[in-house]
Amino acid sequence: MKKEDIKVCIMRVGGTNCDAETKRAFEDLGVKAEVVHLNQIIKGKNLLNYDALVFPGGFSFGDYVRAGAIWAKGIVAKLGRDLKKFVEQEKPVLGICNGFQVLVEAGLLPGLDGTSKYPQAALATNEPIGYRCIWVHLKLENSGRCIFTQKIPKEKVLRVPIAHAEGRFMFLKEKESEYLQRLYDSDQLVFRYCNEKGEYADGRYPVNPNGAFHDIAGICSPDGKIFGLMPHPERAYYGWQLHDWTRRTRVPEYGDGRLIFESMTEYLTKKF
Amino acid sequence: MSLYVKRDVPFELYETRLASASNEKLLQVSKELGLGLNLEEMKAIQKYFSVRKRNPTDVELQTVGQTWSEHCYHKTFKGDVVTEKGIIKSLFKTYIAKVTKELNPDWCLSVFEDNAGIIDFDKGFAVAAKVETHNHPSAIEPFGGAATGVGGVIRDILGVWAEPIACTDVLGFGPLTYEHDKLPVGVKHPKYIFRGVVAGIGCYGNNMGIPTVNGAIYFDESYVGNVVVYCGCIGILPKNKFLKNAKPSDIILLVGGKTGRDGIHGVTFASAELTEKSEEISRSAVQIANPIEEEKLKRAIIEVRDRGLGSAITDLGGGGLSSAVGETAKRSGCGAHVELEKVPLKHLGMAPWEIYVSESQERMLLLVPEKNLRDVLEIFANEDVEATPIGRFTKDEMLKISYHGYKVVEIEIEFLFNPPKAQRTAKWKPPSYEEPSFPEPEGLTRDVLEVLSSPNVASKESVIRTYDHEVKGNTALKPLQGRYAGPSDAAVLKPLADSWKGLVISCGMNPNYGRIDPYWMAASSIDEAVRNNTAVGGRRIALLDNFTWGNPEKPDRMSALVRACQACYQFAKGLETPFISGKDSLYNESPLGPVTPTLLITAVGVIPDVRKTVSMDVKQAGNLIYIVGQTYPELGGSEYYRMKGFLGKAVPKVRVSQAGITMKSIVEAIDLDIVEACHDLSDGGLAVAISEMAFTGDYGIDLYLKSVPRLKGMQRNDFILFSESNSRFLVEVKEKRRRDFEASMEHVAFSVVGRLKREKRLLVHGIDDKTIVDVSLAELRNAWKNTFGG
Repeated sequence: MKKEDIKVCIMRVGGTNCDAETKRAFEDLGVKAEVVHLNQIIKGKNLLNYDALVFPGGFSFGDYVRAGAIWAKGIVAKLGRDLKKFVEQEKPVLGICNGFQVLVEAGLLPGLDGTSKYPQAALATNEPIGYRCIWVHLKLENSGRCIFTQKIPKEKVLRVPIAHAEGRFMFLKEKESEYLQRLYDSDQLVFRYCNEKGEYADGRYPVNPNGAFHDIAGICSPDGKIFGLMPHPERAYYGWQLHDWTRRTRVPEYGDGRLIFESMTEYLTKKF
Repeated sequence: MSLYVKRDVPFELYETRLASASNEKLLQVSKELGLGLNLEEMKAIQKYFSVRKRNPTDVELQTVGQTWSEHCYHKTFKGDVVTEKGIIKSLFKTYIAKVTKELNPDWCLSVFEDNAGIIDFDKGFAVAAKVETHNHPSAIEPFGGAATGVGGVIRDILGVWAEPIACTDVLGFGPLTYEHDKLPVGVKHPKYIFRGVVAGIGCYGNNMGIPTVNGAIYFDESYVGNVVVYCGCIGILPKNKFLKNAKPSDIILLVGGKTGRDGIHGVTFASAELTEKSEEISRSAVQIANPIEEEKLKRAIIEVRDRGLGSAITDLGGGGLSSAVGETAKRSGCGAHVELEKVPLKHLGMAPWEIYVSESQERMLLLVPEKNLRDVLEIFANEDVEATPIGRFTKDEMLKISYHGYKVVEIEIEFLFNPPKAQRTAKWKPPSYEEPSFPEPEGLTRDVLEVLSSPNVASKESVIRTYDHEVKGNTALKPLQGRYAGPSDAAVLKPLADSWKGLVISCGMNPNYGRIDPYWMAASSIDEAVRNNTAVGGRRIALLDNFTWGNPEKPDRMSALVRACQACYQFAKGLETPFISGKDSLYNESPLGPVTPTLLITAVGVIPDVRKTVSMDVKQAGNLIYIVGQTYPELGGSEYYRMKGFLGKAVPKVRVSQAGITMKSIVEAIDLDIVEACHDLSDGGLAVAISEMAFTGDYGIDLYLKSVPRLKGMQRNDFILFSESNSRFLVEVKEKRRRDFEASMEHVAFSVVGRLKREKRLLVHGIDDKTIVDVSLAELRNAWKNTFGG
């Protein structure tokens, strides 16, 4: 399909707050993006009329219980069937920050054996504890499965900001090594926290800003079409959003975050 | 005979026998009902109802009490002040509003009228700005007090149909190391208050998805008993969507959260001194915050705005429905009829007066023409927000309130907004401070490190990182600069997708000078706010004034307030920076005494292209460092003196015509692309500014004090290094642009004071060329960062 025919659904509920900048990123690429309240879909707007689905950042329903948990249950209960079809049609699903938490809570990620009834992982409270808004470095770990990172050059270290209180990716202790191996086996690992030279954080704060297991910042589904990450690529989309652009002789036009939106758009134009 | 008589109605309603009440009884009523009114005001009420030959109901008394409170009516600023030199009729008109009136810039669209000041921006959009104080509630319940402070100021912005795009917060606490044993009963420890306030601010802004982009934290002994919490919000609105045309028969729609017993008498509480009993008496005055409710509310309001379905809007803050209904009706030239039983409640059994004055959060009032009601209700339903018609505007300019069919209020709106004029007395007692005398230290390395690590100067990164300063993706210059997280002078936002024009937000506050002279304190705050804005490239600056003061009924506090207001006129006028909005918090007194007179100035400027923004970190070895502006021996109230255990007397002054030229020259140089980095000199003076620039940009420097332009005869190295004289900047310039820069600075004092180098050390050479500071950038950075951790 042509780029201008793509229709992205950016879903929101009460407490979602990164929808506008996410929409702006798609529109800059010439893609149509619509912010749609979950209530509108429940009332009859058809999810399947969209080509891609994005869960943006925010504090859905105040993030009570666990971050993303209430929104996730709402989707599974109200849109379960449509969402299943959506995924089966290999349409991309992206979750940023709170959206990543939703995808994990809904069992879509890591989805080791397809969508799971119970979460297989969690995004737990940060270690050290507390909300943190800071720029981090990410290393691309994916060997080609993830459709959201195709445009990122191998070995590139990306710079993007995080802003969350619950981003510590973890598995059940007793499943840790098994699940990690499975992530590697099916090429589901996408981003790990590293320093500016690309050396892994190895759990060390603040290079790993939240204590995530294995420095995991983002993972995808086994088929690479569902992707969730804690950092905010939409906040590193333009050059003037970078935290040190004033040090450059010329302001760069774009930041590293754009590569993710570009990759997703390219997948859609080629696939459909 | 009892003063209060229960009316024969099936709910709780009392009337008060005012007609024959003695003065003593009148005051008793004011106290027992928590009205916070003085005798003269009570007498005015007595007269009003005597003429009408009936007793007021409790709902009526409470309505008047709320409307006439200092918090809602600003009696002190609107009243007469008797001074040694005659009577001042309204501080507000004489000094604050006069600046704007005389400057009369065409870009000030609405000042002092609405919930927020509104200025022109770009492409048909205007910017709204407001800063609020939430000191009293934060002293009782730090988390809730601060969070609802943020929530309240965000609603002020929504209250002019603007979409909130940024928050600011400036805080004042007692020293975190304050001895527990010295705390009076009922005063909470500064550390407890600090943690609660910071968490409350972060919680609200982050949850609502509004970036907190600018702020400051000060520590002062006088803040132990009187915490200072300023919450600001900036919004943006299409100019043609600013609707204010409510008419009789329009429907009064209450939207947002339910109404409960939280936040009863908040405004009365805010207009009284804090005592050890405040906790038990006033706990119910602190509201409970729910940012997600307000996020949804915001979405619905913006949609109502965009579709042009409302005819007026205001927020429910201090005074609750009572203030919102009365003020909107007054502004629209209408009366109002409210049916109180329709208000959705959190719990059963609330008396009508409680419903009417409750300050429960996340509520707003909309006026909606009947034909639009269905659409508006649908918008709110889609966002899962409650919206309830509770009455209508009427033609008769009367406030009428009923409860289940019984009339409980019937007052002329005119009466409500004409309280007896307050009269205050001002008497100035000049302080008798002395300049300290102590020998100049041999080397100053240790002093530089110590000043950098002092709580007022040290990095607040550990606090700032807990606020999301990037959500919405519009923050072009962030509060923390680059990888070493240096302190930016101002924040720059790029609010419109199709315009490069930026909004520049900065602040200035100098409580320590306030102890010596509130006049120069105010002057310095204005200069600092404007200077910070200028340093990144801001111009066309609008100001917001926020006073935190002691009890204005005491002549010395009042006189200090008069002096500060005089400075506001003098210096804002001189710098051509109009005031567009303001707010005062008076009665900040605790068992430990009054708060140090504290004026926060918030500056909102613009920059034509955000890509021209200049940051404070040095950029390249070999570049020159200039100092711009004259240095004077002004160390009264400085960080250096404080560190040495002195207060001093020579507080920094502002030479206003020079200051104006300096600011203009800097902006000119920035527009010509000559400026690589720019940083203002404030707390800690030259020593702190040069250190911050160097360790943020990671280049060393050799600094020569003998080149610093200064008052003749100023020979002490420590004074040159630590003086806090106003209107000064440090500027990094490439060698090849030397001439261009110097041409721009033609009319101001300036000089090259050093050159950047690869070696990561700061060397300061004294006026006799001896090295007086020799320290690595890492040591400077650590000193600055370790106080609060990073």
